[in-house]
Amino acid sequence: MHLLGKLSWNAIPWDQPIPLVAGAVVFVALFAVVAWTILKGHLPYLWREWITSVDHKRIGVMYTLLALVMLVRGFVDAIMMRSQQAIAFRAPGYLPPEHYNQIFSAHGTIMIFFAAMPLMIGLMNFVVPLQLGVRDVAFPTLNATSFWLTATGALLVNISLVVGEFDPAGWLPYPPLSELRYSPGVGVDYYLWALLISGVGTLMTGINFVTTILKIRAPGMSYLRMTIFCWTALAANLMIVAAFPVLTATLAMLTLDRYLGFHFFTNAAGGNMMMFINLIWAWGHPEVYILALPSFGVFSEVISTFSGKPLFGYRSMVAATMFICLVSFTVWLHHFFTMGAGADVNGIFGIATSIIAVGTGVKIYNWLFTMYGGRIRFATPMLWAMGFLVTFTIGGMTGVLLAVPPADFQLHNSLFLVAHFHNVLISGVLFAGFAGITYWFPKAFGFRLHEGWGKAAFWFSLIGFYVTFMPLYVAGLLGMTRRLQHYEVAAWHPWMLVAAFGIVIMTCALACQVTQIVVSIRRRDELRDETGDPWDGRSLEWATASPPPAFNFAVLPDVRGEEPYQAIKRRAIETQQLSSEAQYEPIELPRNSPTGFIAAFFSTITGFALIWHIWWMVGLGLAAAYAVFVWFAWRDVEEYEIPADAVARADRDRRRARAEWLDHHERAGEPA
Amino acid sequence: MALLLSLAGCSGGVLDPQGPIGAADAKILLNAVEIMLAIVIPTLVAVLAFAWWFRASNTRARYLPDWAYSGRLELIVWSIPLLVTLFLAGVIWIGAHDLDPSRPIAPQRKPVEVQVVSLDWKWLFIYPDQGIASVNQLVVPADVPVHFSLTSATVMNMFFVPQLGSMIATMYGMVTQLYLEAGHVGDFYGESAQLSGDGFSDMHFTLRAVSVDAFAQWVAATRQAGPALDRAGYIALSQESRHVRPFTYRAVEPALFRAVVDREFPAGPGPTGGTGGPSVHPAGAR
Ligand code: HEM
Ligand SMILES: [Cu+2]
Repeated sequence: MHLLGKLSWNAIPWDQPIPLVAGAVVFVALFAVVAWTILKGHLPYLWREWITSVDHKRIGVMYTLLALVMLVRGFVDAIMMRSQQAIAFRAPGYLPPEHYNQIFSAHGTIMIFFAAMPLMIGLMNFVVPLQLGVRDVAFPTLNATSFWLTATGALLVNISLVVGEFDPAGWLPYPPLSELRYSPGVGVDYYLWALLISGVGTLMTGINFVTTILKIRAPGMSYLRMTIFCWTALAANLMIVAAFPVLTATLAMLTLDRYLGFHFFTNAAGGNMMMFINLIWAWGHPEVYILALPSFGVFSEVISTFSGKPLFGYRSMVAATMFICLVSFTVWLHHFFTMGAGADVNGIFGIATSIIAVGTGVKIYNWLFTMYGGRIRFATPMLWAMGFLVTFTIGGMTGVLLAVPPADFQLHNSLFLVAHFHNVLISGVLFAGFAGITYWFPKAFGFRLHEGWGKAAFWFSLIGFYVTFMPLYVAGLLGMTRRLQHYEVAAWHPWMLVAAFGIVIMTCALACQVTQIVVSIRRRDELRDETGDPWDGRSLEWATASPPPAFNFAVLPDVRGEEPYQAIKRRAIETQQLSSEAQYEPIELPRNSPTGFIAAFFSTITGFALIWHIWWMVGLGLAAAYAVFVWFAWRDVEEYEIPADAVARADRDRRRARAEWLDHHERAGEPA
Repeated sequence: MALLLSLAGCSGGVLDPQGPIGAADAKILLNAVEIMLAIVIPTLVAVLAFAWWFRASNTRARYLPDWAYSGRLELIVWSIPLLVTLFLAGVIWIGAHDLDPSRPIAPQRKPVEVQVVSLDWKWLFIYPDQGIASVNQLVVPADVPVHFSLTSATVMNMFFVPQLGSMIATMYGMVTQLYLEAGHVGDFYGESAQLSGDGFSDMHFTLRAVSVDAFAQWVAATRQAGPALDRAGYIALSQESRHVRPFTYRAVEPALFRAVVDREFPAGPGPTGGTGGPSVHPAGAR
C-alpha cells in the first residue's frame, strides 16, 4: 500500500495546459491574497472579526462572498463550454471530451451547490434574524460550522482542477456511468465527498433556520406578521430538512458502491441504476424550489418597497409558498418520463407538475397587483425584479411544457431543457441574488452600491441572457441534445454562434458588477447611508443602524402588525417625534468560536484523503475534527456581555440620525 | 417565443416531423404552448403596462399606498392558473396515454421488429426476423410501423430520432419498447440523448427510411456480405470505440438480444488506460 494512496505526480495534468494554467492563476491569486493579509497585519483582524465570527450578519456576508467567487468560477466554465460548441462543428474544438465532460459537470455542481445555494443561504443569514427582530439565529456556532463546511466542499471541487480530475459524468452523476467500472478516476469521488461534506453543512443550516423562525421572534411577531421573505426562508429550510438527507443517502450509496464494492446501482449483481435517478430527483426537484422560494421572498420585499405599498394578497402569498413547499415533493418523476414508466405514471406526475405552476402563477399576479396603485421607483433592485417577472414567466411556461409527457419525449435532455432551467435559475436565483445584494448592501456596509454601474450590469445581464439562451431553445427544437463535445449537424451551428456572442454580453455584465463594487467602495463617502433606511423600507431590518451593531437591536422591537417598521415611521411622522428612549439593559451575545473553521479544516483533509485513498490521513482528519467538537462542547464561557451604557451609546447615535431624518422630513413635508 | 418556434420549424427538428408519432408529439407541444401563451402574453403585457403607468414620475397615476387586499381579485388570481392547469391536465393525461412510447401505432399493421443495443460508443441494430444486423445505421421501410426493443450493453443511453418522435432510454439488463414510423422515404438524423462517456458525441446514426421494395433489396444485399455476429464478435464489439463507421452483419446468432438482456455477457468493460492509469485520469479508446 502506497503511503499517499493513489496520489502521485501523475495526478497533476502536466500535459493539459488549460487546467494547469487556470489552476496556477487561482493559486497565485490565493497566495497573493493570503500573503498580503499576513504582511499587512490583517490576519488578526480577519481571524477575530470574520473567521471565528458566529454573527449571522458576518456569516451571511461570507456566504455571499463565497457565492460570488464561485459564480465567477462557474462562469469561466460556461465561457469554455459556449466557445467549444461554437467552434466544434465538424471539428474537435479545443477541449477533448475527457476535459469537456468535467467542465460541464463542474459548472453544474458549482453553480447549484456553491453559487446558488450560498447566495440564497447568505441572504437568509443576513436578513432573517433582522426581519424577525432578534439578535441571532438559534445556533450561532453551528451556523458558522455550516458555512465552513460549505467552503470545504467548494475547496475540494477547486482542488480537483489541478490534482486529479473532476467528475466527468454530469452534475447529477447517473450510474452506471458514475460507477467505478465506467468512471474509475478520482473525479466522481471528488464530487461525492465535496457534496457529502457540504451537505452536512446545508442540513445544519436547515435545522438552524427552521428552529430560528419557529422559536425565536421579536415580541408580537406572530407567524402572520412575518415578512414573506421569512416565510419563504421557512419553507425553503423545511424543504432542506426533508430533502437533503435524501441526497446524502443517495450519494452515500453510490460511495459505498465505489469504495466498498456494494451493488446499489451497478450493472452487476442486481444493482438498479434507476433507483439512483429516482432518489436523486426526489431531492432534485425540491432543490430547485429551495432555491426559487427565497428568491420569491427577495422579490416580494423589493417589489413592495419600491412600489411604496404593502404586498398585495399577503395571505395568498403565504398560502402559495406553503403550497409549493408541499407539492414540489410530488413531481420528481418528470425528470425521467423517458425512462419507460407507463402512461398512468407519466400522466399523474405530469399533472402534478403543472399544478405547481398554480402557486407560482398566484405569486406573479400578486406581485403584479402590488405594483398596481404604486409609486414605482426603478432603482437597481426593482430593475432586477422586473427582469425576473418577465423572464421567469417565460421559463415557467417552458417548464410546464416539459411537464407534458409527449412534449418531453421530444425535448428531454435537449438544449431546450438546458434553456428552460437556465431561464428559471438565472432569473429566479441570480437576479434575486443581485437584487437582494443591492437592496441589503447598504444595511450590511453602511453605504449604497453605485446605481449607474448596477443598472448597466442589469441591462447587460438581461440582454445577455436572452441572446445566450433563446438560441438554445431553438437548437433544442432542432433536435440538438445537451453535453455534445462536437457535432455534425449544420442547422445547429448558427445558434451556437449566437449563444457564444451572448456570453460576450454576459461578460460585460460581469465587468460592470466588478466595477460597481470597486467604484462604490471608492466613493463610499458620497454613497453613505446615515439613516439606516435608504430605500424607505417597511420591515424591521431598516429599523436599526447601517451596519447594524453586533446585537442588531438595542431593545427588541415590539411588533404590533404587519410591516412593523412602516408603522413606526408613520407614528413618528404623525406625532413628529421618535418613540421615547427605552431602558437599556446589558446584552449577552455568543462568543466567537473557531470551531467551525477548524472542523472544516480537518474535514477538508479527511475529504482529500478519502478521495485519494490515503487511509492514515482519513483517520487523523476524522479524529481531529471530532476532537474539535469535544473541545467546543467542553467550553465554560459561552457568552459575553455588552454593558448597558455601550448599548445606550450605540442606540443614541442611531436615534440622533433618525431625529435628523424626521426633522428633514417635516421640512420637506411629504408623506411617508 | 412564437418567432423562435417558427424558426425552429423550418428544418430537421422536432417541429418538422416526418412520421405519425413525431407529428402527434409536435401537435401536443404546440397546443400546450398555445394554451399557455393565452395567459402568459396578457400577463407579460400587464407587468410592463403596470410598471410603466405606475412609475413614480407619472403624476396622473393614482397612488393607493394602503391597497393590499381584494377578495374578488384574489379569487381571480387563484382561479386563472387553476383553470389553465385543469385544461392542461386533460392534454397531459390524454397525451401520456395516446403517445405512450410502448403503444403500438396501428395494431392491424404488422410492424418491422428491430432490436437496439447501445454500446460504448455505437448503436447495434438487430433485425431478428431477417437475421441480420447493422452498426450506426438503421434502415427501415417507410410507411410501416417499426417496433423497437431496446437495451444497453453498458451505461444508460437514450435512443432518439428527432423527426420521427419520442425518445426512450436504453438500460443494461432491461428492455424498453418504442413504436415509430417514418411517413415517407428519407434520411433522418438519430442520436443518443443521454451522456454516456467520452465517445458520447459520436453516438449518432442515420435512419434511412426506404420503400418496402428497397428494404427487401437491402436485406438481401446485406445477407450477401460482411461478417457474422456471434458471441465472440459481440464481446469484441462491446469494447470501447469511437467514430465507428456504419457497417452491417450478414448474419446474427439467434437470440443474441435475449442473451444481452439476460446478462449472459459481461457489461461493457469501460476505460482501461489513461494518464496515471484509469484510477487517476481514465481515458477511453480513440
Ligand atoms: C413552473 C415551474 C416549473 C416547471 C413546471 C418545471 C418543469 C421541469 C421539468 C418537467 C423538467 C424536466 C425536463 C427534462 O428533464 O426533460 C425540468 C428540469 C429542470 N428544471 Fe424545471 N420546472 C419549473 C421551475 C423550475 C425552477 C423554479 C427551477 C430552478 C430554480 C428549475 C430548474 C430545473 C432544472 C435545474 C432542471 C434540469 C436538471 C437537469 O436535468 O440537469 N425549474 N423542469
Ligand atoms: Cu423538477
